Amino acid sequence: MSVTVRIPTILRTYTDGRSEVTAEGGTLQEVLADLDRNHQGIAARVLDDDGRLRRFVNVYVNDDDVRFTEGLATPTPDGAGVSIIPAVAGGAR
Amino acid sequence: MSVLTSGDHPDTAPGATANGANAAAVDLGPATALSCRECGERFPLGPIFACTSCFGPLEIAYDFPADGPEALRARIAAGPNNIWRYAPLLPVPADVAEHPNLNPGCTPLVRADRLAAELGITGELHIKDDSGNPTHSFKDRVVANAVEAARAFGFTTLSCSSTGNLAGAVGAAAARAGLRSCVFIPHDLEQGKVVMAAVYGGDLVAIEGTYDDVNRFCSELIGDPIGEGWGFVNVNLRPYYAEGSKTLAYEICEQLGWKLPDQLVIPIASGSQLTKIDKGLKELIQLGLVEDRPYRIFGAQAEGCSPVSRAFKDGHDVVRPVKPDTIAKSLAIGNPADGPYVLDIARRTGGAVEDVNDEQIVAAIRLLARTEGIFAETAGGVTVGVTRKLLAAGVLDPSATTVVLNTGDGLKTLDAVAGTTGPSATIRPNLDSFREAGLA
Repeated sequence: MSVTVRIPTILRTYTDGRSEVTAEGGTLQEVLADLDRNHQGIAARVLDDDGRLRRFVNVYVNDDDVRFTEGLATPTPDGAGVSIIPAVAGGAR
Repeated sequence: MSVLTSGDHPDTAPGATANGANAAAVDLGPATALSCRECGERFPLGPIFACTSCFGPLEIAYDFPADGPEALRARIAAGPNNIWRYAPLLPVPADVAEHPNLNPGCTPLVRADRLAAELGITGELHIKDDSGNPTHSFKDRVVANAVEAARAFGFTTLSCSSTGNLAGAVGAAAARAGLRSCVFIPHDLEQGKVVMAAVYGGDLVAIEGTYDDVNRFCSELIGDPIGEGWGFVNVNLRPYYAEGSKTLAYEICEQLGWKLPDQLVIPIASGSQLTKIDKGLKELIQLGLVEDRPYRIFGAQAEGCSPVSRAFKDGHDVVRPVKPDTIAKSLAIGNPADGPYVLDIARRTGGAVEDVNDEQIVAAIRLLARTEGIFAETAGGVTVGVTRKLLAAGVLDPSATTVVLNTGDGLKTLDAVAGTTGPSATIRPNLDSFREAGLA
């Protein structure tokens, strides 16, 4: 299954500057693994040493924050959009 | 000249900025670099907000003046009657007071004896009433700092994601500074905040979604060519913007005669304000401006959006996001970026994080208004309500010096109390009618 992954500015050194790339996989975990095969090192930026999502990264599959769904096991249906976004933004009142 | 550095870290790997900003070309006063709060990696001053290694939030590292507490106090006392009196401790150029800016701050610290009596507080109780800022919320403090960073980096458009107060503060500050503004809000905000955000003439875009959706949209916009030249005060200017909240700590201590309060009750939206007040207090101790003694920090949330309170009570050190549902819309951030740091600070200082429901928020707004003549927005109802709850639970010390923050004006959230208060009577214009109403 093919999905589109939006890459934040600070990770575009891994994607030759591209803001959007495609990846294969039926779950977010598989998508990140495939992403890392094509853009070596990118997964280690998103996941910590224990393989969990880093504390300051938010990942969305379509419009859903995966922390609300199944985390790395969240299904990524064909044609889905995955967004990786730094969590630091926030704090508007 | 420089001996004291805040936010410093031994790992001084240079690291490139995403936008290529050159530290040498940027004059932001005592600010020297950006430092990752998680891993300590350092970056030159620039419009970036997240660490390229670990996504951690970036903070300002400083070389503070080393001329001793007496000289620094004198410098501050000789400064203007606004936040720029603390310019030696902020990421702003030395001549900041001469730039067109909203010049917020120096809001009243109100001794609240009547409220204290009602709550059973025997020590000193103070309300830090930040409704007196130019756009009637504490947001003017942070935006004023962001404007200086925007100038330094050559941005021409000022932007933000907002739950309302920030949108108004950005619109006003951009108008004063002669910048374009384009701000983004959730579509269901209080009318007063929408009008206030729009009246300054910039672009106001309502987004069909929650604040967290708006935030996500802005994060994507910033990575797109559309967003080039845009300074998002709470995204790519966030390290500079957030420092503005330190001025609340500086002012409270200066207004107490350069003393630390024993207890502070602070609202939590993203948690940035609480963490920066703690940072400000620590800096004052480091610089010798106040005596080093313990203080306790308490965080306040609305029950309908209480992810940090929940995590505190459950003993967790990370925050599970929630979907907000509360009248305290200015605190309705379901995925608070600084939540983990709030938990650390509450635990480190012996404080707590508590929440109150919408009914308790309204009751607290009315209590503060009735006892002290201060009409707080819902966030002020949250802090006063949580103060009451923590006192009843024996968590807050009633004999200590306590400062409770009111961060916005009640006129912004009239809807929250409109149904609970109104005329005592409607009468004909004669004395008999007044007598009949039982009010004579």
